[in-house]
Amino acid sequence: MSAAGTAVWFARHESRLVWRDWLSMITAGRRERLRKVVIGIAAFFAFMHVVAAWMVGRYADVAIDKQTLVAVTATVLLSWLLMISQAMESVTRAFYARSDLDLILASPVASDRLFGVRIATVALATTMMALPLAAPFIDMLIVRGGWRWFGAYGLIVAMGCAATTLAVALTVALFRVLGATWTRFVAQVVAAVIGAAFVIGLQVAAILSYGTISRVAVLRSDTLLALAPELDSVLWWPARAALGDGLALACLLAASLILLAAAILFAAPRFGDYVIAAAGADNSSSVGARRSTAFRGKSTPRGTLRRKEWVLLRRDRWLMSQSLMQLLYLLPPALMLWRSFGQGSGTLQLLVPVLVMAAGQLAGGLAWLAISGEDAPDLVATAPVPAGFILRAKIEAVLGAVAIIFAPFLIALAVASPWHGFVAGGGIAVAAAAATAVQFWFRSQARRSQFRRRQVSSRLATFAEAFSSIGWAATAAVAAASFWLAIAPAVLTLLVLGGAWAMSPRPRDA
Amino acid sequence: MAQPFALDIRGLVKRFERPAVDGLDLAVRTGEFYALVGPNGAGKTTTLRMIAGLLRPDAGAIRIGGIDALANPVAAKRIVAWISDEPMIYDKLTPREYLEFVRGLWSVEPALAAARASELLDWLGLAPHADQRCEGFSKGMRQKVALAGALVHDPQVIILDEPLTGLDAGSARQVKTVLRERTRAGGTIVMTTHILEVAERMADRIGIIAHGRLIAEGTLDELRTQAGTKANAQTRDAGSLEETFLALVAAPLQAA
Repeated sequence: MSAAGTAVWFARHESRLVWRDWLSMITAGRRERLRKVVIGIAAFFAFMHVVAAWMVGRYADVAIDKQTLVAVTATVLLSWLLMISQAMESVTRAFYARSDLDLILASPVASDRLFGVRIATVALATTMMALPLAAPFIDMLIVRGGWRWFGAYGLIVAMGCAATTLAVALTVALFRVLGATWTRFVAQVVAAVIGAAFVIGLQVAAILSYGTISRVAVLRSDTLLALAPELDSVLWWPARAALGDGLALACLLAASLILLAAAILFAAPRFGDYVIAAAGADNSSSVGARRSTAFRGKSTPRGTLRRKEWVLLRRDRWLMSQSLMQLLYLLPPALMLWRSFGQGSGTLQLLVPVLVMAAGQLAGGLAWLAISGEDAPDLVATAPVPAGFILRAKIEAVLGAVAIIFAPFLIALAVASPWHGFVAGGGIAVAAAAATAVQFWFRSQARRSQFRRRQVSSRLATFAEAFSSIGWAATAAVAAASFWLAIAPAVLTLLVLGGAWAMSPRPRDA
Repeated sequence: MAQPFALDIRGLVKRFERPAVDGLDLAVRTGEFYALVGPNGAGKTTTLRMIAGLLRPDAGAIRIGGIDALANPVAAKRIVAWISDEPMIYDKLTPREYLEFVRGLWSVEPALAAARASELLDWLGLAPHADQRCEGFSKGMRQKVALAGALVHDPQVIILDEPLTGLDAGSARQVKTVLRERTRAGGTIVMTTHILEVAERMADRIGIIAHGRLIAEGTLDELRTQAGTKANAQTRDAGSLEETFLALVAAPLQAA
């Protein structure tokens, strides 16, 4: 038994919290589901091994040449950027969202031990998030190509440590440069941009160089191979470590662990100050606000509710960044639209499903905020307007926001090709309406600040929303080529939505 | 002609796993300050939420200002305001914007509501913060914003669920003053509270609820008589609402 207040004691405390949080997340708070969840995960894991065998099995005995090193390095880099994004999210949350920080900072124990443990926990969590995703692929490469592929596991540990180190350094730098008020917002944006940058960068390069949105085109290009460094370059070490080079792996592991230890030693003693600064961040933003005219003038209750939704979304930087982040992925299609303007409709076909998918996802997030994320539900419920009226106003607010965001894309698309514009417009409307309907069926009262946890509250709603967006995107993609062929994916999507409606909880009360 | 009862409840029933409200009858006169007290889980909040239209009863009738609140909820809501113990306001709106939002929901004439809002903000000491967002406000300030929101549409009946919980002495006094003024102006107030001293000092009549039923009702003197505690008036606390309450509640609890 470790003494209270020591690093080991904090580590036990943290691991217990993380374990229970994770357990609650995968079982949606119902422990009796655990057996089913474990069986489900095992089945999914087995299925992923089959998929991995089909996808990467043929590369198990691949020769180490430039083409291989470029492909593996690109995969490692993409994964690492996603890990950095994940680690930044976790570190930012450690500053802003842990309710136990007041208790710990007010206690007589040295808080730097806790923050040291917490940084190590972020590294562990980041690694543990990546391992299950990578494991089927690594396992199948081991089965087909031998134990040399086992090094890939070590590389993931090194990547997790290095990603956490960079995330801590970036967050601390943001605190120092921007202060507490802006750090959360900017860190969220930076995390999302880092996560998306590589994919978007490859797509942009592919569009500009080859006129296609496929990022593989860039990775296989002669230009890139010509620019790539020689085989003995240090830049290939991560790829070499994944391919079984023991020395490269040992060096990367040692370097990443030393960097993580340095980050803990440097940042942990300072975290207490950052947390205290972060706790006061919201207060400072309220001072000196000027007199607003947001609700001025005569307006119907429905208009008032619509305005309220838009004002609250506009003013909440964090929610705004969370909701609009997925629009980053619209950058490549926008670029492609611009590039292919007036060059026929062939390439425009690719844009239709991307727009429809993005609209569905955005509408799902906004609909949750409007329908479930109501901070004053009693006030709205006691207003002298029929319940249906309130709901209609909220749906109008969601669809209005989607319409404003997607209108420029649709207009440009319609000018380039009226048919594609028409199909994309219809797809956006249907996908947004379907995502809103799913959020309505699975509504449950929550604070807006719980936005991040909305996908945990109902797995079925999350699945239905995602499948709906994918289904309508597929329908629109097929419809852009042949209207009648689109009936099949449309019917399938409607069946899934019907199933979600049938399984949705029925409201118990008015 | 004014309705004799601002609030008239008959045979109200609400069951969750067990009956929360079990055949409750309650009548509150126009211009009256009525306090509903009772032990935890007695059904106070459930009753108030049904009056405010936030819960649908399983059985019974609710008339507010003569309007059947179950048959015509929108008309009933027009004359009612609801305030809970946890002030639900929008962090990203300023108090003035919050009042304008409420004004829009209740369709109050903008000029009239603006004048009323300014008056309320002054009255509750919120004027210096009227254009700051509510996100940094203390619990007391948030409760005052919620109270201003409840009054800006000039309701006939105000339903309050533990409105003084967590308020400091200054804020509590301001809220109590506003509520008193409201009844003087002809408004009706129905309030639950655990602070028996507040009920004793402020309420015209007090209802004691246990197991979802009204077990006693009246002025403090009438309740004392019902509890038979007047005889003990020699001791310091004898005859207080606390003693009366404990005497009245003990019997149903023992019977349960």
